Amino acid sequence: MGWIFEQNRPIYTQLLEQIQMRIVCGVYAPGERLPSVRELAQEAAVNPNTMQKALAELERTSLIYTQRTAGRFVTEDAALIRDCRRRLAMEKIEDFMKAMQELGYSREEILALMQQDQEMEERNEEVRV
Amino acid sequence: MTPILECRDLSKSYDKGMRPALNHVNLKLQRGRIIGLLGPNGSGKTTLIKLANGLLSTKSGELLIDGKPVGIETRRIVSYLPERTYLNMGLTVMETIRFFKDFYEDFDEARAYEMLKSLHIDPGAKLKTLSKGTKEKVQLILVMSRNAQLYILDEPIGGVDPAARDYILNTIITNYNENATVLLSTHLIADVESVLDEVIFLRYGEVALHAPVDAIREENGKSVDALFREVFKC
Repeated sequence: MGWIFEQNRPIYTQLLEQIQMRIVCGVYAPGERLPSVRELAQEAAVNPNTMQKALAELERTSLIYTQRTAGRFVTEDAALIRDCRRRLAMEKIEDFMKAMQELGYSREEILALMQQDQEMEERNEEVRV
Repeated sequence: MTPILECRDLSKSYDKGMRPALNHVNLKLQRGRIIGLLGPNGSGKTTLIKLANGLLSTKSGELLIDGKPVGIETRRIVSYLPERTYLNMGLTVMETIRFFKDFYEDFDEARAYEMLKSLHIDPGAKLKTLSKGTKEKVQLILVMSRNAQLYILDEPIGGVDPAARDYILNTIITNYNENATVLLSTHLIADVESVLDEVIFLRYGEVALHAPVDAIREENGKSVDALFREVFKC
């Protein structure tokens, strides 16, 4: 069936994000060889040229690199992957904050709410133990 | 490089005094692309496809395949799936494959049998005993088993179930050679959108839009399917 895409954004940016996510989560480990463009295109059920474009773009961020005859590999630079992970985390937080502010919560209220949620979680944990 | 298909000021009328089916169309299709030919009923999709396959003759303007006017030479490199079936229903699938193999030098028999197997179609079955959808699958298998430079598919997924649709689209993105172009007409835009490089919108026989899918999504902030519904709102 392929990967799931949002309707309102270019497909290649979404491919790029999903591959990036796989690298950050270790689905594709540092130094691992990526499947070929065709294999990836088939898996995602997308046009091979679009997949090619996404990979070329990822290459520009150095997260992956091409070895002339052997194919494409995930970087072995752990710091680079960590930075990327951190950047994605910050984006998630920003999205979350935006959604909460739309609900009318202030920054302080959000933090307090999260604290509360955390404590509740811990209490439930204790009851279970 | 010469475009695989080019229209130069191409017009086609069926009846004098009637609105032309194609009206001064200019198009260039490059190699190695998967291109959607989209438009409402009566917009000229099938007329364009028939002209490209020599089923209608060009009177006004030019249609070139690999730089040559449509003829024996161009038919050799074009694999065409018509909207209606033309196969002999009295033959079995196997006999039909043999017929295609005799007829087309570029026919890959092994590929055809492999696809039949994936779709669980019995090569010994007579065509007339197959369901409508299965007949369409057989026809598409025959067309995709050629090593052509241009595949022209008129509504290839309209009549088949969603699972077969996925298989067919998968065949299109994996099986064709990298320099070949696939031009497919369909109304099921959402289903094919992610496999297309670019789309052509036809409206009243004119090219309303010819752009890459991702450029459309980028510029409009919506899918090609959504844009189509907006542009052709009734």
